[in-house]
Amino acid sequence: MYFLHKRCYRNAVKPVCEQKSLLPLNIQPQTEKCSFPVFFLFLVVEQVKHTPTCVLPLRCRKENLENIPALAENPIKNQIIEAFFDKRNQHGNEVGSFQEIGFEQFVMVMSHFRPPNLKTTKEEKQEMRKEKLRFLFNMHDTDGDGIITLQEYRKVVEELLSNSGAMDQDAAHEIADAAMLEVASTNVPQMSPEDHYEGITFQHFEQILKDLEMETRMFIRFLDVDTTTMHCGKATS
Amino acid sequence: MGRGGSVRFWIFGSMLLIGVWGQEPKSERHDEHGGGSNVSGISIVSLEWEYVEPPYLVALWILVCFLCKLVIEANHHVTEFIPESALLICSGFILGGMIWGADKVQTFRLTPYDFFHYFLPPIILDTGYSMPNKLFFTNLGGILIHAIIGTCWNAASLGLSLWGCQIGGAMGDLNVGLLQYLLFGSLIAAVDPVAVLAVFEQVHVNEVLFIMVFGESLLNDGVTVVLFNVFNAFVTLGGPRINAAEIIKGIISFFVVAFGGSLVGFVFGLLFALLSRCTKNIQIIEPGFLFILGYLAYLTAEMLSLSAILSIVFFGVCCQKYINANMDENSVRTMKCAVKVFANGAETMIFVFLGISAIDKSIWVWNTGFVLLTLLFILIYRFMGVFFLTWFMNLTRLVPIDYTDQVIMSYGGLRGAVAYGLAVMLDEAKIEEKKLMVSTTLIVVYFTVILQGVTMKPLVKWLKVKRAASAEKTLIEKVQNRAFEHILVAIEDISGQKGNNYLRNKWFKFEENWMSRILLRPSVRERQDKVFNVFHQLNLKDAMSYVVEGERRGSLEFIRNESAFVDFKKKFGEDMTMSMPDIMADMSDDRSAASSTRKESVPSVSLEVHEQAMRGTRAAEGLDSHHLLQQHLYKGRKQHRHRYSRSHFDINKDENEIQEIFQRTMKSRLESFKSGKMGVAPPKTITKHTRKEQQQKLQNKKSKSRLSGDEDFEFSEGDSASGYDTSFPVRGGYRPGAGIENPAFMPDVDLPLQIPPWLEDVDSVAPSQRAQVRLPWTPSNLRRLSPLRISTRSSDSFNLAEAPGDHQDDQLPPPPTPPPHRDGDVV
Repeated sequence: MYFLHKRCYRNAVKPVCEQKSLLPLNIQPQTEKCSFPVFFLFLVVEQVKHTPTCVLPLRCRKENLENIPALAENPIKNQIIEAFFDKRNQHGNEVGSFQEIGFEQFVMVMSHFRPPNLKTTKEEKQEMRKEKLRFLFNMHDTDGDGIITLQEYRKVVEELLSNSGAMDQDAAHEIADAAMLEVASTNVPQMSPEDHYEGITFQHFEQILKDLEMETRMFIRFLDVDTTTMHCGKATS
Repeated sequence: MGRGGSVRFWIFGSMLLIGVWGQEPKSERHDEHGGGSNVSGISIVSLEWEYVEPPYLVALWILVCFLCKLVIEANHHVTEFIPESALLICSGFILGGMIWGADKVQTFRLTPYDFFHYFLPPIILDTGYSMPNKLFFTNLGGILIHAIIGTCWNAASLGLSLWGCQIGGAMGDLNVGLLQYLLFGSLIAAVDPVAVLAVFEQVHVNEVLFIMVFGESLLNDGVTVVLFNVFNAFVTLGGPRINAAEIIKGIISFFVVAFGGSLVGFVFGLLFALLSRCTKNIQIIEPGFLFILGYLAYLTAEMLSLSAILSIVFFGVCCQKYINANMDENSVRTMKCAVKVFANGAETMIFVFLGISAIDKSIWVWNTGFVLLTLLFILIYRFMGVFFLTWFMNLTRLVPIDYTDQVIMSYGGLRGAVAYGLAVMLDEAKIEEKKLMVSTTLIVVYFTVILQGVTMKPLVKWLKVKRAASAEKTLIEKVQNRAFEHILVAIEDISGQKGNNYLRNKWFKFEENWMSRILLRPSVRERQDKVFNVFHQLNLKDAMSYVVEGERRGSLEFIRNESAFVDFKKKFGEDMTMSMPDIMADMSDDRSAASSTRKESVPSVSLEVHEQAMRGTRAAEGLDSHHLLQQHLYKGRKQHRHRYSRSHFDINKDENEIQEIFQRTMKSRLESFKSGKMGVAPPKTITKHTRKEQQQKLQNKKSKSRLSGDEDFEFSEGDSASGYDTSFPVRGGYRPGAGIENPAFMPDVDLPLQIPPWLEDVDSVAPSQRAQVRLPWTPSNLRRLSPLRISTRSSDSFNLAEAPGDHQDDQLPPPPTPPPHRDGDVV
């Protein structure tokens, strides 16, 4: 299900479209450095698509995202960008990654950050929670084999801590190891020392984060737009 | 039985106290008169009751209140159903009754001056200092709405309805005008932080609900103060002279009072944070700054007629992060405990005195209509206000507050001592029905605190309100939270939108770049990381449970190498069973039986170990930890002497003295060992000795040897370090003879002696995987520690770092040489 913000359209997209210089025709994000907020970009394109003077819907490549200046300081930038191009995050059963994504794929990824509202039922909340967890899991599971191995997790922690100068790689590794052991000990309590814990499966991941309040954390709400959303497009399962 | 007995005892005790009070002043006066008559001679002992009376009474009252709490908390079956605050008020009733019975007049009551100047500040300081900042600020919007609009609504609706009822003739003939009703409404409108905290702390509702009610109760103080002052001024002015200008002034004064108070607190908080950067050299009084500056913030706000409560809350809120990071861990711990002591003490006193104040005939004026209507309106309007405001908030709230939570929020609108204090402060000259208002306020307070407090818990259970989740945060959750922050910010960046995460991120950046730079010590700034902190905490916990486990098993040594324990036992058995089988049997019993006594002796050691573990994780201090460890372990012998310094806790570090003490103990032990070996000391008597007696005996021996002073010490007398090392085998031999004085000292006799002992000690800080493997009953608890080991940082690199620079290797007596007692054993 797509959601567009009404006011977002009114306040942001329309003026952008009206400014000649920013019309999608002139942007050409595939080739040039795109510092233009991608969400707007897509909105513009989608809007234009329905008009007779429609150009081809724009596609977005990894470089476009990587060039966003605000992202530069983000320690887990790469993983987030990967997540947008990951086919697993498209609510389908596909595996692998896209070379470039369109608006549809973009919104699919964004939909993981839906906030719940008053009407959401318990089952829906559960489902949403699972989706969000799945998204997180996919972010950590870089090779897509369904298991977060120690190496993968170490990498995540390392990147997470990389911008706090105090900690070196060793400390990050220690923390990752400890977290891993934590998972292992909660999920396989009677593990004998000889056993090798291969990595975190999704079930384990779900289990260990079961107390984490996902609904209140993993959501995006934009300050400058109306939160009442306008549903458009086709509803996907 | 226990409860009944204790209550009886307590009543008896307080009767005694009352009796003392009842009589003492009179007898003193009598004495003085007597003393006055014969001024000649110097009286050797004179009672100066008048001289000490005020502080003495204060101290006695504090003691009595604390004893009340002690009795109440003695039995948890009661406090499970009735909240402590209610019980304290009830005990206040009893105490007040006794005073009334003795004096026929209520001599003690809660005066607003004492309440606002001495009792309230510590409680609010505690709440501010231990405020969950993130929770508080994320819910600030809702809290403010409830605190400002809700309180105004409560005050206005109550005042107006009561006025309407009076016009309707519901409560007889009262000389109260509309303004006075509004004044009354404003003083009783505010939810009381003390009462709320006391009740909600025991109920454990979910944290959002808690912070909503509690935050409201804290922040509505600004509103209450303003409303009270404004209406008080209006009452003084009289109805006709109030014009629009006055009302506007009132509204402006609200902003000034609330924001001014917060600003004062904020400034003091920053001041404190700055100050804490440079208190390293006066660590011993460091914690005192919290109280002094907090109190100053409170008084300053009071002086400027701003909201004092807001001031001290924000003082705590904004300094907590920086001071906790800047100050020494000991100081922080001290502050945390001291704040709680003061706050809890003050709270106890408040409730007891609220009870005592009631037993006074002179304050009671009864008007059934007024009292009942007030109670009714308070409840109804609270519910209405909360439901309406929450409905309004839920329109924009992401996670809506559901109806059960709203019910609890409404029901949790407890009124307390603040309302009473304000009511007592009313001017009787202006308000004729002051007494009625005071007594109504008291009734409301009792009704809300006792009745609503008691029913709160069942209600929470019955409505199945979401309880607080277990506070334990796992490491992976923390990592995940950290990831969330970044993901959300990244998504907002990508979509080019500004969300609340954007703002939060900006604030974090700002704080990191500016606030932290200015307010934190440079050395501390580097350690600021949440994930790392959790890691650190978990490690600490593991280390502690590890030590506890060690104590349970008797010795750290045995955890380290379980095989040694077994072997030791076996060997020990081989050696000893032949000579004294009785001891063997008794010893094994003794080990389990004496575990409790042992625990008393061990903690001094284990705490040190724990501290070492703590420091060990911090790489910088890690290097010399085994020296420290050894020294601290030695300290456990309790032979150290304190330097009687007011500013240092240091124990005696004089090498010579330590060496001497050491030799003496060694000698006494050797003696006892020898005697045990030779069978000089009859085994039966030894086994029958309790530990204390044994220690006593040891003391005697020590003193004897000190007297004799002969130096037939058999060991190589190197420096203190080598002395420690040689001591290990001896202790092993000593054990069968005279029992264990300190289990943590049990050496690993059967370790290959090539391993220098300190390396083993290091191991105890960061347990090896081997040790973990051998703790099958705590598989999950101890696993976290292993990474420390894996990283080869804790022990291995440690050794490497240690080896080249250390000259101790040379001084050490060659470890493989068999120690004397072993020879003895073999022979």
